[in-house]
Amino acid sequence: MSDLAKNLHTEHMVINMGPSHPVTHGTVKFLVTLDGETIVDFDVEIGYLHRGFEKMCENSTWEQVFPYTDRLNYLSPIINNVGYALAVEKLIGIDTPERCKYVRVIVSELSRLADHLTNVAASGLELGAFTAFLYFVEARDLIWDLLESVCGARLTSNYVRIGGLKNDLPDGFKEQTKEVFKRCRELWIDVDKLLTKNRIFIDRLKDVGIMPPDEAIAWGFTGPCLRASGVPYDVRKAQPYLVYDQIDFEIPIGEKGDNFDRYLVRMEEINQSMRIVEQALDKLPDGPINVDMPEYRWQSKDDIYTKIESLIFHFKTVTGGIRVPPGEVYFPVEGANGEVGFYLVSDGSGKPYKCRVRPPCFPLTAAMPRMVKGALIADIVPTFDMIHMIGGECDR
Amino acid sequence: MESITLKKLKERFPDSIMETHSFRGDDTAIVKKEDIFKICEFLRDDNELLYNFMMDLTAVDYYGKESRFEVVYHLYSLKYNMRIRIKVPVPESDCTIDSIIPIWICADWFEREAYDLYGIIFKGHPNLKRILLYEEFEGHPLRKDYPVRGRQPLIGPKN
Amino acid sequence: MGITEDRGQRTEEEGLEQVLGNSVLLTKLDEIIGWGRKYSFFLYPFITACCGMEFMSLAGPRYDLDRFGSALPRFSPRQADLLMVVGTISHKQAPILVKVYNQMTEPKWVFSFGVCATSGGFYDNYATVQGIDTLIPVDVYVPGCPPRPEMVIDGLLRLQQKVAKERWSDWPRGEAPVTKKI
Repeated sequence: MSDLAKNLHTEHMVINMGPSHPVTHGTVKFLVTLDGETIVDFDVEIGYLHRGFEKMCENSTWEQVFPYTDRLNYLSPIINNVGYALAVEKLIGIDTPERCKYVRVIVSELSRLADHLTNVAASGLELGAFTAFLYFVEARDLIWDLLESVCGARLTSNYVRIGGLKNDLPDGFKEQTKEVFKRCRELWIDVDKLLTKNRIFIDRLKDVGIMPPDEAIAWGFTGPCLRASGVPYDVRKAQPYLVYDQIDFEIPIGEKGDNFDRYLVRMEEINQSMRIVEQALDKLPDGPINVDMPEYRWQSKDDIYTKIESLIFHFKTVTGGIRVPPGEVYFPVEGANGEVGFYLVSDGSGKPYKCRVRPPCFPLTAAMPRMVKGALIADIVPTFDMIHMIGGECDR
Repeated sequence: MESITLKKLKERFPDSIMETHSFRGDDTAIVKKEDIFKICEFLRDDNELLYNFMMDLTAVDYYGKESRFEVVYHLYSLKYNMRIRIKVPVPESDCTIDSIIPIWICADWFEREAYDLYGIIFKGHPNLKRILLYEEFEGHPLRKDYPVRGRQPLIGPKN
Repeated sequence: MGITEDRGQRTEEEGLEQVLGNSVLLTKLDEIIGWGRKYSFFLYPFITACCGMEFMSLAGPRYDLDRFGSALPRFSPRQADLLMVVGTISHKQAPILVKVYNQMTEPKWVFSFGVCATSGGFYDNYATVQGIDTLIPVDVYVPGCPPRPEMVIDGLLRLQQKVAKERWSDWPRGEAPVTKKI
C-alpha cells in the first residue's frame, strides 16, 4: 500500500478562489495550492477595495473625515466614528460631557451587536445554515431600526462629531430598546439552539484554524479572535475609554483558539453588548451632549441664529474647518474585530496631515495562510468567516 | 515623570535615541534607523517591558523636510499595559530601513503596505511587493507629491 | 401586462378568438417572453463593499426579494442574467467586473447598486472607477450610500418595466466595449 502511494503520480493543483467568490464576503483572492484536498500553499491577495481612505482624509477637513470612517468597517460604523472623534479630542484636549460619553457607549455597543449578528449570520449562510442567517438578519434589522431612529441612517451613520454628537437620543428610546432586545434575545436563543449543538456546524468549525495564544499575539491578533485563543485583552478593559470603567461587563475568552471558540466568543459578546446598553441606558445622566467650545463644536441652532459670536464661529468652522493644534496622537478603541486605532498627525491647518487607521482585520487576514495550511480546502470557508475580514477596513 | 520605557531606552541606547516626548501622554521615541532592529528586539525581550504586540506600522511623508519620511511603529505590552511609539526618520536619498519581521511576524503585511503606499524599502523582507495596489501601478499614492486623482486604470478610460 | 385575454365578448366578428373561446391566450411573442423574463431574474451579486450589507437585508426576511421573482442568487456568471454591482469598484477590480460581465449569457442586465458603482461617489481619487458605466452598459442606477432597500426594490420594478418592453432585436448586446482584445 505504501508503495502504491509512493509511486502514484500526483501533481499539485493551483486554484484561484476569488476575487469574486461566494464565500469571500469582501473581495479577496486566495491562491490555493492543493495536494488532493489538502492545502499545501496558500497565498492571500487583498486590495480589491482600496479606495484611498488616507488620501481622501488628507484632502478633507477634520469634520469631513467622519463619513470616510463610516465606510472602514461598514458593519459597525459608529465605533469608527467614536474612535476617530476620541483621537481628535485627545489631540485638542477636549473632555466631552458625561451624557455624550454614555450615548457614545450605547451606540457603539449597538454597532458591535449588528457586527457580531452579521458575522454569525453570514457564517451560518456559508456553512449551509440558512435559517440562522434569516433569524440574525431579522435581529440586525431591528438593531438598525434603533440606530436609524437615533441618527437617520441604517448603515453609514455619521453620527458622532468632534466634541459631541449630531443629536441626542430620541424620545422613548429606552422603551424601544427594551422591546428590541427582548426579540433579539429570543432570536439569539433560537440561533444558539440551531448552531451551537449542531453536529454539522461543530464538525466544520471545531479544531479548525487553531491559533495558540503566543502565536496569536505574534501575528497581531486583537478582538474576538485573540480572546478566543485565551488572551483576555480588550481595550475596553485594559485602557478604558468613555465610561466603560463604570459599567459591569465581562469579556468572554476561549480555550483553544479554533473557529468554534471564535464563534462562541462572538455569541457571548452579543449578550454582553446588550448588557452594556441596558446598564448605560439606566445610568444615562441628563445634561448637554456637546462641549461648550464654539471653535470646535457648533453651538445650537438657536445660538447661531441669535448670537453673533456663535454665528462667526459657525461660519469659520464650516468654511475653513476646525483648527487642531499641531502634534500627533494614537487612540485605540475596541472595534468589533479588534483594536481600531487612529494615528493622527496635525500640522495646525484645517486638514489632517496624516490620518491612519490601524485595521484589526489586516493582521488577521495576513495570518490566514498560517491557519489553513495543512487543512482541507473546505476549512477555508469557516476560517475566513470567523476572521471576519471586512474589505473596507482591510483595504481602506 | 518619564515613563520606564523611555528611561530604559535612553539608558541602553544613549546614542541611538535622538529625541523623546510624551505629547498627550503618548510616549514617543525618535530613533536612528540603523538601530531600529536592536531597539525593537530590546523592547520585546526586556523583562520589564515585554512589548509583545506590534500594533501598527505606518509611514508619514513630511514633504520638504530634510529627512522626508518617518516610519512609525506602535507597540503594546500586554503584561504591563503600556504603549510606545517609535519613530524613525528615513531620508528620501536612502529610502531603506531594516525589516522587523524576525521580531514580530505581523510586520510582514504592514511593511508591504508602507512600501506600496510610500515606497519605503524594507531590507530583508522576504516578499516585498505591492499589496493594496496592482503591479502595473506607477508611483506611490500616499506621497504628498502624488496627485489625488492620478488614476492609472487597468481597463477602461482614464477619467 | 401586454397580454390580451379574449373572453368571448366580441360577437360581431367571426375569428380565431371566437372559435377557441376561453381556452387560449393570444399575445405577441416578444411580450410573453419579456413578461416571463421580468419575473425570473437570476442575479449575480458582485458584492464588493458596504452596500453588500444592505443587500443582505434585502434578501433577508423583512424586504424579501423573493416577492419580485429574483430571490435566487447564482454565483456563477454563466447561470445569471442580472449583474448586481454592489459597491465600490476600484481600478484593481475593474478587469474582473468586465470579465464577469462578458462571461454572462445574453440577455443580461446590469444593476448599479449604490452611488459608488453609479459614479464613484465621494471617492474621487486615484483608486476608484468613476462609475461602472465607463466599463459596461448599465440598465438601472440606484444611488444612495448605501441605498435603502425600498429604493432597490423600486429600481428592480423599473428594471422589470424595462425588460417587459424589450424586443428581440435588442439582443445580443455583445461584450463590454472596453474589453481588451488578446
